[in-house]
Order: sequence, then structure tokens, then C-alpha cells
Amino acid sequence: MMLPRWRRWFVAALFLAVVIAAIYLPILRRNIKQAAKLQQRSEEQARRELTQPTVINPGDPKVKAKLFWASGADDGTVSAVIVELPLASDPVLRSKQVLNTLLAGPVDIELRTLPPDAALLAFYLLPDGTAIADFSEALGTSIPSGIESEQMAVDSISKTLEANVPQIRRLKILIHGQEVETLAGHLDLSQAFVVNANAPIGPRAATSEAPASAGAAAQQLTPAATAVKLAASPDKPAAKP
Amino acid sequence: MIYRKRWLPPLVIGVCLAAMRVTASQAPQQSSATPAAQQSPASPPAATPPGAATSAPGEQKTPTTPARTGLNVVVLDPAHGGTDLGARGTGGIHESDIVLEFAAQVRTSLESQGFQVVQTRQGNANPSFDDRSAMANAQRGAIFVTLHIASTGTPGTARVYVMNDLAPGADATGLIPWDRAQAPFVSLSRKLGDQVQGLLAQRFKGSPPMAQTASVRQLRTTAAPAIAVEISSVTVEDRAQLDHMAPGVADAIARGAAAFRPTYVVPANPGERP
Repeated sequence: MMLPRWRRWFVAALFLAVVIAAIYLPILRRNIKQAAKLQQRSEEQARRELTQPTVINPGDPKVKAKLFWASGADDGTVSAVIVELPLASDPVLRSKQVLNTLLAGPVDIELRTLPPDAALLAFYLLPDGTAIADFSEALGTSIPSGIESEQMAVDSISKTLEANVPQIRRLKILIHGQEVETLAGHLDLSQAFVVNANAPIGPRAATSEAPASAGAAAQQLTPAATAVKLAASPDKPAAKP
Repeated sequence: MIYRKRWLPPLVIGVCLAAMRVTASQAPQQSSATPAAQQSPASPPAATPPGAATSAPGEQKTPTTPARTGLNVVVLDPAHGGTDLGARGTGGIHESDIVLEFAAQVRTSLESQGFQVVQTRQGNANPSFDDRSAMANAQRGAIFVTLHIASTGTPGTARVYVMNDLAPGADATGLIPWDRAQAPFVSLSRKLGDQVQGLLAQRFKGSPPMAQTASVRQLRTTAAPAIAVEISSVTVEDRAQLDHMAPGVADAIARGAAAFRPTYVVPANPGERP
């Protein structure tokens, strides 16, 4: 009845393998979980770095900023909420600060005008007072589709900039660096919105270097340039009333 | 008996011919009942559609018929279509489907008011914004109505939007840029919008009394009085709630357009401002 010697060794080896596996597998599982968590954390870190809110300098004076969210009257209007914020004097930094606060949303989430997952990717201010705000794709994809909701989103952005950054005359909205025809199928984003027609035009150059495409887009916004471009363009026919 | 049979056929033919002449002279100018007439403009185009050559400035100076015709065509635009579903409700409601059904009712109401109706899409197509505007710009004496269903707003209400003020862009030739085709019509659009919104407010409580302004892409390139009508909303639990609104919306648009008709004098010469 005695097992042959080689079989005893075989059974012992199998037993040893099972013991090792019992010890190693939980460790392996834990390591995989940790690696996945690290990867997730780094993706989140990358997203945060990309959409990192502008650092607020504690030395900046606290001012009462006016932020425009939905009025709550269900009539498609936005109303101002006073928020005390340390705002930079530089118009580009200041614009980023107020827009990031606007994106963060009001206390009452029902009054949100912009999707919670939307982010401001870049902001430029051209010497002629044209601001270019580049938002992530979520601004267009996550917003409720409709004329009312899209107009409220743009109103909240342009009115907030008008109230807090007096240097801005016009606002051009880009989505992920691209000019788009509409926000979510209704509201026209191919044109610039008038923010403050009486804003002074200063010789100030943009703090952030505007990309060539953004600059080119903004150049097309001036009425004279548009008229010339359209007059010269054969694929854009003219209409007669 | 033989004698009577001889003169009867010429008499019958004569009576028929006379009846045909009377019928022809009394034929109504509104030919909205025939589908072919609904699709063809009653008068020369008022605007140059995309892809067509623009007329030379000299050609505009040639004398044209001084008759100033009134509003007789409504270009009805059920928004979205094709792969663009528009607003989507939780109950599987799609804006592109509902506006098409609304359009059918609006069309019937408009035709009963004597308008010819041109629809920018009949089925599940999705013409571009410019193609839809081109259909309106190719008409003379037309108004443009685009239909939408919102995903926000108090359910059971309806709002009319007109374009924000646009900088006028006419050049020396009298042509206006396609991109600002709505500019000369903004005040007329507002009048039309207020007419329709007033009637909607009477019908649907909670709707605003006056038309609102918004930068609606579809309106900007339309060279005619143009409004966007938006119904709230796709978030209703039961689709029947929206269906019940259709007759009221159709009636308000048709009556608003009829009330607007006397105030809209179509320019006699191409290039003239309204």
C-alpha cells in the first residue's frame, strides 16, 4: 500500500504549490487593485491639471464678484449672485477665476446653467477686447438641448464676464479649441457675443499667448473683416431682402 | 323628336364651354389645396440660395413690376431630423419626431388661413441650417417658422424666439451677406413673434406674453420675418401631454401669421429693404 517514492514527492510538491498559491494570489490581487487605483488617480490628476482652477493669490484683494446663474423663476432668465472672491487685477486671470467659480456652480444645483463636468480649458484676451473662452466638449454634450437652456448658458458666461472684467468687449466661445456652429443644436456659436460694447480698447497684449487658430478666428469676428471675407468668398452667396 | 336631337349636342357643348370660362375667371388665387402648388413659390425668389449665382448690380436697376404683394407663403421648419434627434426625454421622446407631427397640424391650420406652406423636411431627413434658410430665401413674401421642443421649461408652456439685433451688412450693391440675412428683418420678426406669442400665452398659461430674443442659428441666415417656436418639454412623463398642445400651437401660429399679414409689405424690387 505504500506509495512509490516519486509519487510522494509529487504529492508534496503539489501541496507546496497550493500553499504558495494560497499565499501569493491574495497579494497579487491586492497589487492589481493598487495599480488600477494608481492609474485612476493619475488620470484624475491629469484631468485636474488640465482643468486646474487658476490659483487664487491670497494677496489679491477680496472683491464682491457678481456671478450669474439661473434666476429660478423658470422663465429662462439669469440673475446675479454676489460672491466674495479674491480676484486678480489681470483681466485674463480674473476671467479664469470667475468662470471657474461659475462652472463650480451655485449652492442650489437646480440653478446651474453650465454642466458640472464642463471645464474651462483656456482663456485669451486679444488687444481689441475680444475674449476667447475655450471650454471642454462637455459644455456642448452635457447641456440640456434647447434654445432656452443654451441661451441661459451663454447669458450666464457673458454677463458674468461683463460684470467682473470690464476690459472685455466681445466673447467668442470655442469647444475643445474648435469653432463650432451651435452649442447643442440651437444657439449660434459661430459669431461672437457682445459683452460690453463700451469697454475701453487698450494696447494690452494677451497675457496668455493666443493660438494662431484662435487669433485667426477672432480676426474674422470684426464686422469689416467679415464683410470683406464674405464678399470675396464665392461659396457664401449673398441674400437680398 | 329628330329635330330636337340635332340641336341638342351643340347646345350641351356650348353650355360646357361657358361653364369652363366662368370657372376659370373665378378660380381662387390661393391654390393651397394642391400639393404641387404648396411646394412652388408663387412669386419670384427674394433671395439667392446657396450655390446660385448672384445677379449683377446692373441687373437690379432694371424696372420691375411695381406690384407690392403681401405675405402668402409660410416656410415651416421641423427642426433636427436624421441622426440629429434634438432634445431627448426620459420616456424615449425625441424632439425630431414630435416637431414633425406638430408641423403637420401647423400646416393644416396655416392652409386653412389661405397660406401656401413649404416644409423644409417631410420625413426623417436633416437638411443643413443653410439649406433650410435657402428654402425661405428663395420665396418672395414668405415668413419662416422653425419648431422646437425644449428639454427645460415648465411643461405645457410655449415660447417664441426672435433673433437678436444684427449689425446691418448691406453693401453698395444692395446685397446683404448670407451670414447676416436676418438683419433687415429683425423688427418684422419681432412683430410676428409678439403676435404669435400673445396667442400662445392666452392658450398656454405660464407662457411669456412677448417674444424673447436669442441667437438661434437657424434664424440668422433667413432673409424673411423668422421666428422659432419652442414647446416645453420632452421631460413630460406622458407624450400625450405634448400631443394635446399641438392643436393650440398650430392655431396660434396660423392666427398670428394671419394677423401679421397686413403689416408685411413685400418690397417690389429685389434688394429693397422691407
